[in-house]
Amino acid sequence: MANIVIDRIRKSFGAFQALKEVSLTINDGEFVSLLGPSGCGKTTLLRIIAGLETSTSGDVRIGDRSIIGLAPKDRGLAMVFQNYAVFPHMTVYENVAFGLRMQKADDARVKAQVEKAAGLLHIEPYLDRYPNKLSGGQRQRVAVARALAVEPKVLLMDEPLSNLDALLRLEMRTELKTVLQSAGTTTIYVTHDQTEAMGLSDRIAVMHNGVVEQVGHPVEIYNHPATRFVGGFIGSPPMNFIKVPVSNGRVAAGAEQLAVPEDVGNEIVLGLRGEAVELAPLPQGIEMKVRVAEPMGSHLLLTGSIHDQPVRVILPASETVRSGDTIGLKLDRKRITWLSPESGKSFPAVSA
Amino acid sequence: MSTETMSATETASRPASFASSRRWLLWSGIAALCAWVLVPIYLVALGALGGRQGVYIWPKTGLPTGISLEPFILFLKTEGVVQSFLNSLGAAGITVALSILLGAPAGYALARYDFRGKDSYRLLVLLTRAFPLAILALPLTVSFIRLGLYDTIIGVGLIHTVLALPFAALVTQGIFLGVPKELEEAAWVFGCTRVQAFFKVVAPLALPGIVATAVFAFVISWNEVFAASVLTVRNRTLTAYLLTVLSESPMHYRFAGGLMLILPSVVFIFAVRRYLFAIWGISSK
Repeated sequence: MANIVIDRIRKSFGAFQALKEVSLTINDGEFVSLLGPSGCGKTTLLRIIAGLETSTSGDVRIGDRSIIGLAPKDRGLAMVFQNYAVFPHMTVYENVAFGLRMQKADDARVKAQVEKAAGLLHIEPYLDRYPNKLSGGQRQRVAVARALAVEPKVLLMDEPLSNLDALLRLEMRTELKTVLQSAGTTTIYVTHDQTEAMGLSDRIAVMHNGVVEQVGHPVEIYNHPATRFVGGFIGSPPMNFIKVPVSNGRVAAGAEQLAVPEDVGNEIVLGLRGEAVELAPLPQGIEMKVRVAEPMGSHLLLTGSIHDQPVRVILPASETVRSGDTIGLKLDRKRITWLSPESGKSFPAVSA
Repeated sequence: MSTETMSATETASRPASFASSRRWLLWSGIAALCAWVLVPIYLVALGALGGRQGVYIWPKTGLPTGISLEPFILFLKTEGVVQSFLNSLGAAGITVALSILLGAPAGYALARYDFRGKDSYRLLVLLTRAFPLAILALPLTVSFIRLGLYDTIIGVGLIHTVLALPFAALVTQGIFLGVPKELEEAAWVFGCTRVQAFFKVVAPLALPGIVATAVFAFVISWNEVFAASVLTVRNRTLTAYLLTVLSESPMHYRFAGGLMLILPSVVFIFAVRRYLFAIWGISSK
């Protein structure tokens, strides 16, 4: 069993707190992404798990064994680095075999494992080459093969795709998912790219300023962000936040009255996904002034304002709205997230 | 080479002529650099091997006429030449070994670790070169006599190490900085201890630079004459020996001495040339 328990990890660099009591549990075989903007502490956390950085306090356990204080080599994990870190003085074969050789595996096993990993990542033709003869994408494959060849209990990946161009990234993403699904390795994947995290992960931990803001299934995080930061960080376009007045526990959205959570003041923030709307005739719908309409082919992107606050919404490509129009929108009430204007935290979903 | 390019220039169209003139420039540059190094060596060799007459012939032909090894062998048979040559090799060997063994770890520490006083330490390393040897000569001689190091090759080697060490430490620091830290970390993650990672990953990648540092240390020791003259009486290094002997020697002896000073450096650098060029290209980017 290789479940990972991250228990109240703190890390300070002088006065700066990079990680503030981060706790996270990752189940055996699960793929969890640490997602956040640069400087949020996600890479630091990964490096603490790998043993490349020491934590100020807290504990990390893999399968009930505390690994804090162990040398990286004794932690039973493998890692894929952002800039590949493929050894330039070894052939691709020797690179992939490196971990096994260090474990003093016999030649037959080394050969079998290398061929298996190389097969998964489609790098068999390059096994005799030196890495400087390979492209970035091929080096990345070598780095992943090197990590998989040791059949690690835990695989750590530090922004492995960020140095690849967009097309290659998409291709490698799909391939990574295929490979890792069949390997069944517990994986922690650090990224700042929310589409990568959404596409690959079983669960995402969104980090911000050294704190885990929300952990959950990608769709759950997308639909019901726990904080304003999460909603704004996930999704393209990001979630819209509209401050609206509350009267008698209700918010008026055009002709409709929306119920809000209890115990709120006279204002609340309405969190709205851009696509959770449909066109409605004006008195019934909520009014939106469209500043720019951008037909994207697959959909229509409208930028404008509701209640004088900036919003972006997405309509089907078949609708015709022009820049400067004023339109009415019907909100999908099941997909509304209510947030506190003061703390930025969201309220639990309300029924009706 | 040049006739080929000349004819190509006449017939080819403009871009081709641009390319060929670039090539011409490149090769003439290479020729000039080679001449810069080789012509003096050639002239010294000519003087050394041409014998008594060869040195005084005027006008000089520049051609190897009347060449024989005899004058050079005669020179080698002169008392003390071979011994001082071996002394020089010994001192240079000690210098190379010590400055790599002490300098490379210092360079590694400077490259990889942050510690208090790192910058002052770096300055301190350089400061060892701030005191002219001439000032240190007398106290050094006295303490070497006390320690029993006076007039020994080990003593000379130690002083030469002092001269070479600052460069060794600072140059290797740059070399180790050139080896990406991620490579080392990858080695740790995949089962290496720190020491293993150093020898399996860092050392092979730093090898060209370390060899260059060794060449540098060798040349510093081989060429050094002041400390060697002051600190030895009978066990002279080649430079110190030649300095005292040559002024009273015939001209072709001086040339033979010069040739003997040049050759080992050339041979040594030629022997390690393979390591001087980065074989794999350190950068993994």
